Amino acid sequence: MSSDAFTPGIVAARLAADAYDDHFSDLHPRLDAHEALVAADRCYFCHDAPCITACPTDIDIPLFIRQIATGTPDAAAKTILNQNIMGGMCARVCPTEQLCEEACVREAAEGKPVLIGQLQRYATDHLQEQGIHPFSRAAATGKTVAVVGAGPAGLSCAHRLAMLGHDVVVLDARPKAGGLNEYGIATYKTVDGFAQAEVDWLLKIGGIRIEYGKALGREETLDSLRDAYDAVFLGMGLGGVNALDAEGAEKEGVLDAVDFIADLRQTRDLAQVPVGRDVVVIGGGMTAIDAAVQARLLGALNVTLVYRRGRARMNASVFEQDLATSKGVRIVTHAVPRAVIGNGAVREIEFDYVDDAMAPTGQTLRLAADQVFRAIGQTLIGEGLPDLEGRKIKVDGAGRTSVAGVWAGGDCATGGDDLTVTAVAEGRDAAMDIHEALTGDAA
Amino acid sequence: MADLTSEFVGIKSPNPFWLASAPPTDKEYNVRRAFDAGWGGVVWKTLGLDPHVVNVNGPRYGAIYGADRRLLGLNNIELITDRPLQTNLDEIKVVKRDYPDRAMIVSLMVPCEEEPWKFILPQVEDTGADGVELNFGCPHGMSERGMGSAVGQVPEYIEMVTRWVKANTRMPVIVKLTPNITDIRKPAEAAMKGGADAVSLINTINSITSVDLDLFAPEPTIDGKGAHGGYCGPAVKPIALNMVAEIARDPALGQIPISGIGGIPTWRDAAEFMALGAGNVQVCTAAMTYGFKIVQEMISGLSDYMDSKGLTSVDEIVGRAVPNVTDWQHLNLNYVAKAKINQDLCISCGRCFAACEDTSHQAIAMSEDRTFTVIDEECDACNLCDTVCPVEDCITMEAMAPGLIDPRTQKVVEPDYANWTTHPNNPAAKAAE
Repeated sequence: MSSDAFTPGIVAARLAADAYDDHFSDLHPRLDAHEALVAADRCYFCHDAPCITACPTDIDIPLFIRQIATGTPDAAAKTILNQNIMGGMCARVCPTEQLCEEACVREAAEGKPVLIGQLQRYATDHLQEQGIHPFSRAAATGKTVAVVGAGPAGLSCAHRLAMLGHDVVVLDARPKAGGLNEYGIATYKTVDGFAQAEVDWLLKIGGIRIEYGKALGREETLDSLRDAYDAVFLGMGLGGVNALDAEGAEKEGVLDAVDFIADLRQTRDLAQVPVGRDVVVIGGGMTAIDAAVQARLLGALNVTLVYRRGRARMNASVFEQDLATSKGVRIVTHAVPRAVIGNGAVREIEFDYVDDAMAPTGQTLRLAADQVFRAIGQTLIGEGLPDLEGRKIKVDGAGRTSVAGVWAGGDCATGGDDLTVTAVAEGRDAAMDIHEALTGDAA
Repeated sequence: MADLTSEFVGIKSPNPFWLASAPPTDKEYNVRRAFDAGWGGVVWKTLGLDPHVVNVNGPRYGAIYGADRRLLGLNNIELITDRPLQTNLDEIKVVKRDYPDRAMIVSLMVPCEEEPWKFILPQVEDTGADGVELNFGCPHGMSERGMGSAVGQVPEYIEMVTRWVKANTRMPVIVKLTPNITDIRKPAEAAMKGGADAVSLINTINSITSVDLDLFAPEPTIDGKGAHGGYCGPAVKPIALNMVAEIARDPALGQIPISGIGGIPTWRDAAEFMALGAGNVQVCTAAMTYGFKIVQEMISGLSDYMDSKGLTSVDEIVGRAVPNVTDWQHLNLNYVAKAKINQDLCISCGRCFAACEDTSHQAIAMSEDRTFTVIDEECDACNLCDTVCPVEDCITMEAMAPGLIDPRTQKVVEPDYANWTTHPNNPAAKAAE
């Protein structure tokens, strides 16, 4: 039995078989060599450039763009990767319009920044597709460090530690490395298995062993790791999903957006991923956008993203919001879910409209829904962790926790935005501090 | 629409835009297309004696590019026409017959003896051409055979050959000069002494545009080797402008008419050459880059400019800037200016700061919030900041009014003109006292 956009319920294969490749193709196709030269030529090579300041990993952007412009993209890639070992993924997923490209003087001058993100991808792809790994390991220190979580923070930390001569054991609860790069990002942002290719490339440094299916609090404890290793880095991200505080939230069809996104990334056949006819996504961050857009791309008839505050407060960038609306997602703001309605399975969901102070206005909104995605944030889970601040592991600037010999970074730790690039920076900086603590040398 | 009619050494054309002697004017087909597009005249690609020369059967151009492969400089190792003399003469005749209002000049290059000139000139006259241009400029290939720039680099030869040509034709004679010399006034003077009606300049500049770093050979590379070529295009305009001005402002050269050549892709470039003394201009690289249609922009641009200035004849532009070309020693040393940064236009790229701080006078201050301001106590108005600024008119050079004190020198800005010839630091000025 074939289905289409109008088929009620949560069903697979709403689209013609050949539509999926088109819908989930690369969001920004890679610049070709000439396009890269033209884009690179627009860089003014600013003095003490604002884009560098805006980059959480402090990549020397004017330098790498000049290296592209002079026909040496591999040198450009080294400039990038030296600061950010996941420069390839960051080039794809960074909200550049809020970071480097927002700071670009050409954004201020003419509303058209230099295409920094796309140029970064051009350079890193150029190097990595040749299989070149431009870094090598220092003499062995004899120290071994445990890294919990093979996401951007953990792998960044592991790579830097390996470079500095330490051996690294990375533990990850999932069967694949990459963390959110592998499980938590929209398919069209990282096509052709890039996340795994990047991990494979990163591991060419040597000295890093990944143990899959191992989680803190399950196979290992913080104490057991501290006993077995010279240092521990915690980069396990946020494993819990915040619950929906609404009547009937337990009904069938109310799901976690992160699971939907992970399923899309892991499936071999997008046509097999079921999606509702009337989809409602609750939340205002990147996860909400990624779920809403991909629901539309899978053929959902109506997709509504509902956020409790105004557009300006959404964590998702303006670019992401515009992407969603351009794909046909309706964005409703100033509405909080009150009740999920349905007999067993969700049929409708009702919202209270609220003002800027979150006080109900007395008006309500009722949306037809056969699938509801929660995307209202994730939470750190685990016991026996170092001291928390708020709901995250408390760290200082170098990633030190309250427990001696234990560092943390990425989404599970305080400080910085929950971005891939921030996680990479924190992992890298923690590695430098671990190195100093283990050897007494400031590398 | 202004009247762009031009008359150069008695040769009339509907506008002052001619195509220079080069591949675009090598044969009837091209020249007809040029005239149909609107060019005022052509200088037919250089004719020589039979048997005609041959070109290399490989790449003959090298290039310097700006952004987006914008062609800024072109180098070539083309020789003169590689077709039989009679073929060219026949084509010149029919084209001139069909386009009687356009200027038809024929470029010539034959050996440095009088007989070949006596042989070829009557045949050119027979085509009905309006004039001849003597190619004493090509710096490659032909110069190895004692022609082209080999003649143009020896004023005595220029004078001798020009005299032969004047003696053997009634047609106006334009002598095309090579820039590959130290003082352009010497060959111009020689041409004048030989009786030339005009000079045209510049021909191309000796050049190697690039080196293939895999083959270790200059480009264009022909089977692993390269030879120097002639450089032209927008990149050579400053060199050409100076040479035109040097001739135009030399009283000894008696205001010999000049046909300006070298980096003229737009109406503005043409107007600049004319303001420095060129009676008309010749174009090649721009046409080779974009096709013949560019002349339509040149026509509309020059016309709009003339209308905006109230000029009724192109001759009113010619030479208008010449009185303002002077020697360094006559520049006013009492003129004091300061750079000024327009904060509304500034995009805070900091290039002015880097340039001034690293390579000049440390006269620009940078604040925490990336505001860039000029330090008048240090600024000597060198203009580098403006030169490197990516925003037009953001940095300007503002003259200081007489009577004010220059914060850099603590001296009063004098109202009077004073130059190096009277400056106290000039030993020659002291000696004269």
